[in-house]
Amino acid sequence: MHIVICMKQVPDSAQIRVHPVTNTIMRQGVPTIINPYDLFAIEEALRLRDQFGGEVTVLTMGPPSAEDSLRKALTFGVDRAVLLTDRFFAGADTLATTYALATALRKIGAEFGPPDIVFTGKQTIDGDTAQVGPGVAKRLGLIQLTYVSKINSVDAEKRLIEVERRAEGGVQQLQSRLPCLITILEGVNEIRVGSLTDALKAARAKIVRWSAQEAGVEDITKCGLRGSPTIVKKVFAPQPRAQKAELIELGEQPGESIVESLFQRQPKLESELEKLARGY
Amino acid sequence: MSEATKTPAAGGRASTKKELPEHLKAYKHVWVFIEQERGHTHPVSWELMGAGRVLANKLGVHLAAVVVGAKNEETQAVVGEAFCYGADLCYLVADDILKDYRNESYTKALTELVNTYKPEILLLGATTLGRDLAGSVATTLLTGLTADCTELDVDAEGSLAATRPTFGGSLLCTIFTLNYRPQMATVRPRVMPMPERATKPIGRVIEHPLGLVEDDIVTKVLAFLPDRDSAKSNLAFADVVVAGGLGLGSPENFQLVRQLAGVLGAEYGCSRPLVQKGWVSSDRQIGQTGKTIRPKLYIAAGISGAIQHRVGVEGADYILAINTDKNAPIFDFAHLGVIGDAVRLLPALTEAFAKRLSPHTRDRLAS
Repeated sequence: MHIVICMKQVPDSAQIRVHPVTNTIMRQGVPTIINPYDLFAIEEALRLRDQFGGEVTVLTMGPPSAEDSLRKALTFGVDRAVLLTDRFFAGADTLATTYALATALRKIGAEFGPPDIVFTGKQTIDGDTAQVGPGVAKRLGLIQLTYVSKINSVDAEKRLIEVERRAEGGVQQLQSRLPCLITILEGVNEIRVGSLTDALKAARAKIVRWSAQEAGVEDITKCGLRGSPTIVKKVFAPQPRAQKAELIELGEQPGESIVESLFQRQPKLESELEKLARGY
Repeated sequence: MSEATKTPAAGGRASTKKELPEHLKAYKHVWVFIEQERGHTHPVSWELMGAGRVLANKLGVHLAAVVVGAKNEETQAVVGEAFCYGADLCYLVADDILKDYRNESYTKALTELVNTYKPEILLLGATTLGRDLAGSVATTLLTGLTADCTELDVDAEGSLAATRPTFGGSLLCTIFTLNYRPQMATVRPRVMPMPERATKPIGRVIEHPLGLVEDDIVTKVLAFLPDRDSAKSNLAFADVVVAGGLGLGSPENFQLVRQLAGVLGAEYGCSRPLVQKGWVSSDRQIGQTGKTIRPKLYIAAGISGAIQHRVGVEGADYILAINTDKNAPIFDFAHLGVIGDAVRLLPALTEAFAKRLSPHTRDRLAS
């Protein structure tokens, strides 16, 4: 099997701070990491390779520094890493991003063998859109299986796959065909600790680097800012609330103080809570 | 680069203001995709009808509901409800192939409707179904899609202004799809208020064929396994929510949150770190990547109030926060605050509420 993962290097959004004066993101010192949701995709791909044999390729579209994340992916045991990097990709929204990624995936297919499964994580922690997986699937004509919580079986010969997909109020058990694109849910597995052999291989590995032209992009106007239907017109920090919380003094009976203060300020709440408690 | 890392278009605003291409001027009206499965309509669809109505009124155009499902009475009932939630008309694709959601069939149905009837704005709920569908449809139509919007408006030129949080909620950005149609957006459940329902007769329904046979569709639904009811949380619609964060100190202390919730008849939840640590299941997570809640009362115990969490609770009518750190960001947006240890105060609160509220709960607590 050939399994390909679309991975993204992202700033650690938990550490992102907004500059209080300029309202821009303060990037300095914010570490970049593999998008945490992608780790589950990487592990799932490696498990399938362990079971069925074959190769795992990881593809990232990003600045040259994204090599760091690709090298990290190699330490987990991924066989091949491809960096798609070009200034023409800058400013891409999800439509322009999927155009570039799909182009690179076709090239990966041509050079290294067509993928049987393309994995992505559920979403990124910077863009948070969850749109790139579906977009890539559509462009490549791959069956799209999102929010997959479990791969129940794969029949590589018959080209069949059975998965569980999270839906509202339950789980869909789906049967579909390869090749397909799967966006995998968080928490479905745990990323392995790479072996020493993998670490050594990773350190020595040559990461494939493609510019837009080398990846086979036919229409550069479909990339980057130019190829993006959506335009960010305004960026701003969330407005702080006008008034901060009123702090309560706690008396001898702290529980009673809090309840009393609450009902004094919100008398309607008392009858609401009464009703709720009674109905329970 | 994701849209979040983009800077506003180079050359200033003037260079992005192009005249809308002639063929796109034909796109008119606001559409809301009504998400329904197994006879149940996801409430986010009605919330979007409310938001859609505001947009349609501002634009002076129609609000249409789009219903896709099996050819049966349940689907017909959904069509009827759509008019009660304000639809001026309803587009319907009814075919038994559509009984269960599958990406291939629903994408075909929705893209064909769009190509035939040309809406200027198309809204979907940001549920697993909605996000699965919206991404495919937007890519098929090669148009712009803005995900997880917290605010929708139209500007002076009648363009959709979609505001959404990025970087986990640290930043908000307002996004336009200027030169492509339709302008697509998804909105999370409980972000928009639920509109009033008014009993109305069924209005104009435009039915459109699916144009697929079962053999055309590769993916088959083998079964649907419903979640066990006992496990299901109703956080999104709860009137009172109690939640705990890292300030609880240990997983055993989460019991204290559940006990207070029990006495109040409330739902319980937690902040993201507790899910990441495996203390609490992910369906209880409240925040940017968890659930958005709109309760009358929200009690946050030992939660710092980082922006990712704040985004999920800002719709609460009243917030009471307990934290040992007086500088915790939660006190920037809570209404009432207590500087103290949640582990000590939660049991005290539980007892105080039990005594105050009702003899029945006091007896239950004692039993």
